[in-house]
Amino acid sequence: MTDGPLLDVQSLSVAYTTRAGEMAVIPGLSFQLNAGEALGLVGESGCGKSTVALAIVRYLGRAGRITGGRIRFEGRDLTTLDEAGLRAIRGRRIAMVYQDPMASLNPVMTVGRQLMEVPMTHEGVSATSARARALAMLAEVKLADPEAVMERYPHQLSGGQQQRIVIAMALITGPALLIMDEPTTGLDVTVEAAVLDLVRELRSRHRSAILFISHNLGSVVRVCDRVAVMYRGELVEEGPVRGIFTNPRHPYTRGLLDCLPTLGSDKRQAPLVPIAGQVESALARSPGCGFAARCPQVEIGRCTSRPIPSSTVHGEPDHRVACVRADELARWTRRSGTGGAHDADRAREPMVAVRHLTKLYAPRQRLRLRGSRAPVRAVFDVELAAGRGQTLAIVGESGCGKSTIAKVLSGLEVATAGGVSLDGVEVGALAVDARDATLKRKLQMVFQNPDSTLNPSHTVGYAIGRALRRLQGRSASDTGAGVARLLDVVKLSPAMAARTPRQLSGGEKQRAAIARALASDPDVIVADEPVSALDVSVQAAIVNLLTEIQAARGATLVFISHDLAVVRYLADTVAVMYLGTVAELGPVERVFAPPYHPYTEALLSAVPVPDPDHAVARILLEGRVPRADEIPRGCPFATRCPRRIGPICDETPPPVQRFADHRIACHIPGDELQRLQAPLVEPRAVGR
Amino acid sequence: MGRFFVKHLLFLLLTLFVVSFLVFTLNEFSPGAVARKVLGAYATQEQVDLLTKQMGLDRPVLVRYVDYMRALAAGDLGYSARFKLPVRDVIFKHLANTALLAAIAFACIVPLSTVLGVAAGMREASRLDRVILMFSTVIASIPEFALGVFLASVFVVWLGWLPGTATLLAGGGWSVAAQLVLPVTVIVLFDSGYVVSMIRASVVEVMQRPYIRTAVLKGLPFRAVILRHALRNAMLTPVTVIMLQINYLIAGVVVVETVFAYPGFGRMILEAALFKDIALIEAGALVAVFLAVVTNILGDFAYMLLDPRIRA
Amino acid sequence: MSTPVAAGTLSASSPAASRVRARRWRRRLSALGESAPATVGIVIVLSWVGLALVAPLIAPYPPNANDMTALANTTPSKAHWLGTDQLGRDLLSRILWGARPVLVIAPLAVLGAAALGSLLGLAAGYYGRWVDLTITRACDIVLSFPVIILYMIILAHFGSSAWNIIGVLTLTKAPIIARIVRGMTLDLREREYVAAAKMRGESALYIMLVEILPNARGPLVVDMCLRTGYNVIIIGALGFLGIGLPPPDPDWGGMVKDTYGLMMVWPHMALFPCAAISSLVVGFNLLAVGLRELGLRD
Repeated sequence: MTDGPLLDVQSLSVAYTTRAGEMAVIPGLSFQLNAGEALGLVGESGCGKSTVALAIVRYLGRAGRITGGRIRFEGRDLTTLDEAGLRAIRGRRIAMVYQDPMASLNPVMTVGRQLMEVPMTHEGVSATSARARALAMLAEVKLADPEAVMERYPHQLSGGQQQRIVIAMALITGPALLIMDEPTTGLDVTVEAAVLDLVRELRSRHRSAILFISHNLGSVVRVCDRVAVMYRGELVEEGPVRGIFTNPRHPYTRGLLDCLPTLGSDKRQAPLVPIAGQVESALARSPGCGFAARCPQVEIGRCTSRPIPSSTVHGEPDHRVACVRADELARWTRRSGTGGAHDADRAREPMVAVRHLTKLYAPRQRLRLRGSRAPVRAVFDVELAAGRGQTLAIVGESGCGKSTIAKVLSGLEVATAGGVSLDGVEVGALAVDARDATLKRKLQMVFQNPDSTLNPSHTVGYAIGRALRRLQGRSASDTGAGVARLLDVVKLSPAMAARTPRQLSGGEKQRAAIARALASDPDVIVADEPVSALDVSVQAAIVNLLTEIQAARGATLVFISHDLAVVRYLADTVAVMYLGTVAELGPVERVFAPPYHPYTEALLSAVPVPDPDHAVARILLEGRVPRADEIPRGCPFATRCPRRIGPICDETPPPVQRFADHRIACHIPGDELQRLQAPLVEPRAVGR
Repeated sequence: MGRFFVKHLLFLLLTLFVVSFLVFTLNEFSPGAVARKVLGAYATQEQVDLLTKQMGLDRPVLVRYVDYMRALAAGDLGYSARFKLPVRDVIFKHLANTALLAAIAFACIVPLSTVLGVAAGMREASRLDRVILMFSTVIASIPEFALGVFLASVFVVWLGWLPGTATLLAGGGWSVAAQLVLPVTVIVLFDSGYVVSMIRASVVEVMQRPYIRTAVLKGLPFRAVILRHALRNAMLTPVTVIMLQINYLIAGVVVVETVFAYPGFGRMILEAALFKDIALIEAGALVAVFLAVVTNILGDFAYMLLDPRIRA
Repeated sequence: MSTPVAAGTLSASSPAASRVRARRWRRRLSALGESAPATVGIVIVLSWVGLALVAPLIAPYPPNANDMTALANTTPSKAHWLGTDQLGRDLLSRILWGARPVLVIAPLAVLGAAALGSLLGLAAGYYGRWVDLTITRACDIVLSFPVIILYMIILAHFGSSAWNIIGVLTLTKAPIIARIVRGMTLDLREREYVAAAKMRGESALYIMLVEILPNARGPLVVDMCLRTGYNVIIIGALGFLGIGLPPPDPDWGGMVKDTYGLMMVWPHMALFPCAAISSLVVGFNLLAVGLRELGLRD
């Protein structure tokens, strides 16, 4: 083996051939990775971070190719290696972990065989010894009962278990380099925390270098030593984790940190600062800084006329930044701060009230010959309320029932038992067809997926205009001006009316969808994960837009989310849900401070925070969320609760303890919880 | 598993019931036609009416249908007016002939289509893929009778290597094997064109799945990626279609049988239809539908065996 | 397909939008040129359509005229470019005229099947439950029946005319289209824009026809193209079996039926109509392959 870095990428350029022409996704990228080191590669979608990973293993597909540069790995240049040489390295010296573990595993092969074939291919070992190796590896990634797991098919495992299998498969040959491409994206926050902890632990044991690719700055902080920030295929800043996150020098890095909601900030004290504009296409590159068009510190000429060299940050020898103005910029300060209580706001008449709401789904229709299965319990005995002009956030992991509540509110589903009142009118049993025009106008919805929220066959103008006509009774001739005004409210140009969704970016689609929801001038806006599919810079703009519109119109916002930081940022009242029930409910500042429900506590401790100084003891949840047919008799959280006190948890449903307007459903008394728990979110003073 | 079979069996019975009833009532649209057929064009209307009455054809259709089902349950399929033989004898003889043709063709189609489909789909847009895709598209576009004419003009008319008919009779000095070559070739080519493009499309789709990337980046040889990881996944969708080909091979090859004067099941039904031989049509339709539903079940069953996600 | 949309759209009224629409159509047409199979396919199909349209003008002889003098030598000659059939009728003229019924019946039957099948598929997929169960089962029964046998039985009974052929083709192809549309509807009805439409109180019919169906058009068009090709094959096969269009007007399948017995002597009589029908089907199938390729890249 030669001296020097394990992986040395020198002026790598990658291009994709598209219908519009050759697209230089990566114009010339250089970085090094030493043996045993963990480098985080961060950036928003489309910045080329995954392309870098795939270029290293030379898997770019038919459209992509390396157009220049070298990738030296263990002394060999990977860009010129032949198929046989690549095969010897892939899976043996360089292994990969992918974003979607379910899709990355062969659905018709047992996981045992998929694990065993790696050493059998690369080391020619017998099936027996490959099996022993696989079993040992499964134990190492902390899967219970490895023998049984070996015989399972991927669909029989949970997402977290699947990702552990993929990690085991990657590490089974002891590779020198492990590339992880968004390994925790799509996993629930508690599962993500467990996987990240596992990666840290395995790292210290296996001494593999890690190239950790993520859009999530928080998870990078947990795993990596160094961070490289990418924008439009170029490295804009690179350095040790502490340097990057406490003293970012590049305006883009700062922009990323400023637009990210954190557990310690809210809309009143520290509004998010979105990055202006959107990522330009890689087809049109100017000679200067790629970020210039969106940069608040841009100086036309200096920044835009010639390539930007990267320079070392003063006083930090390992910290490099590609910005000509880096030395001129003031030191960055973390945006933080939470406001006081707003109890006065909460005394109002509830606009939306959910009372003892239960929603059961009939089991899947099938030709049954004997017996019948019990209905699936999506939501059970839920109580919530939101006043006029307030924001109620419902937060929880996948399958907790939060979206079902949104559907019952909007009439897309009807309640099985209990009620929902909308401005004093009982609507729980009313499907949307059964609601009169006034009720339909009163409540509108914003959906999660920008790609499916607008009909690809219709123009934006048609979508909004149709809503105006149906809900406001506008005539066809009258809609044009209304559409233009609504587009203006969501900060889109009137020309967008003629576009189809295909021609819009994710953020633009979501804005158009908000405009459509506003067409009826609703009193209540139900937003079901409206920003979770967007990049952080776009997410900030949409979150700001929603809060702005809500404040201007005095509308009630019911905000469904899995993201605790976003919820902390914009909610007035928060409901934490687990397995169809509300675990904790209260004003946002109370829910985010002890006493916590043990589940809230675990959730909060699991959130990855992009701040190397934020050190909290992680509370890892064991096991998985029970399936709908195995819901515990007592406390729903009892099977996984780290603070379980005894059989009472399994047998008796927990009492709802009320502390003024704060409710916790737990057997442990509130003061006892308060005594046991440390605060997990330290609010900082503004401009510390 | 048990539920799977019970469910399909119920559907089989329902289908047979509906189809037999529909075919039976078709007869109602041409009253007196049967007797007229039997007696010929020169019989008087009285004679026709009398025979109609004697045959019980003037009774309500439901009554006759119940009678028919009762006879059927006793194993009596009726008497063929066209062949002047019990329907049972006629049907099974022709069915056996067609089964011979179908079995040989099926044994060629499956491996041929699988190999070509996988070879084309494993590297989408490669030269091999383009060639196979164009070949299969063109082949599947040529009607069977045209394919028969093209092949016959080369191998029968021009080269004189093969017989132009396959009557399965020893006359003409051609062996049965030689007689079968052209009909089998026509069927195999026509049907493979379709099956190849099905399999190719499925392989192309599977090759884009993330688990294929996983397999490649594990460092597996391309051969192992295809055989171990792609093949079984890629056969999930086509396996049902492949099983349905049995149905086509037995009941759908009437055109090929006609081209080569092959005494098969399809041509028998054609003759029965043209002659309005109701008993034979009815029995033939029942057999055809029975085969269709059974191949459907076989297809679903094969799918279940391949996909562990369904098996559970 | 999108007429109900266009009728009331705000965008349809503005000239800018109609320009956008015109540009979109031009782009679609030029996109066809990007796929070699699509180009070849559309050229073949349009050539046949053109020939069929002008057949009365360019055919050298009336289709059913017997040229007794040609019977001495039926093979291609100056007078009869493709030769004549066993009755002395000019093959070129008969082939040109023969394109006409096929190019009317096959597309009409596909349109009928698409209309019927789309409605059934939309209803089954959108409403689910017993509507779905009934429609799906009925379609399964029709599909389980070997089509060619069904044609033989029905056409032998009712006699064969152009309308009867269109009728049976429509009825037997509709379930296939219904199955495709149902599958897409099951997926599309869960889209958020459908939920948004429900929330503004749209009727089920509006949602099915305006929100769902336009998004199923891609696979539907490809399938209709394939289906037209198969219909041409079936019309040919029916003619060949003697249960197609009634004689004496030219019909490609019927022309082969009358002459393939004479192949040992005059193979050209069967070969030319076979080539004609094959080339037309190749055209439709290449077009389908090309459309699919283009669709995947979008």
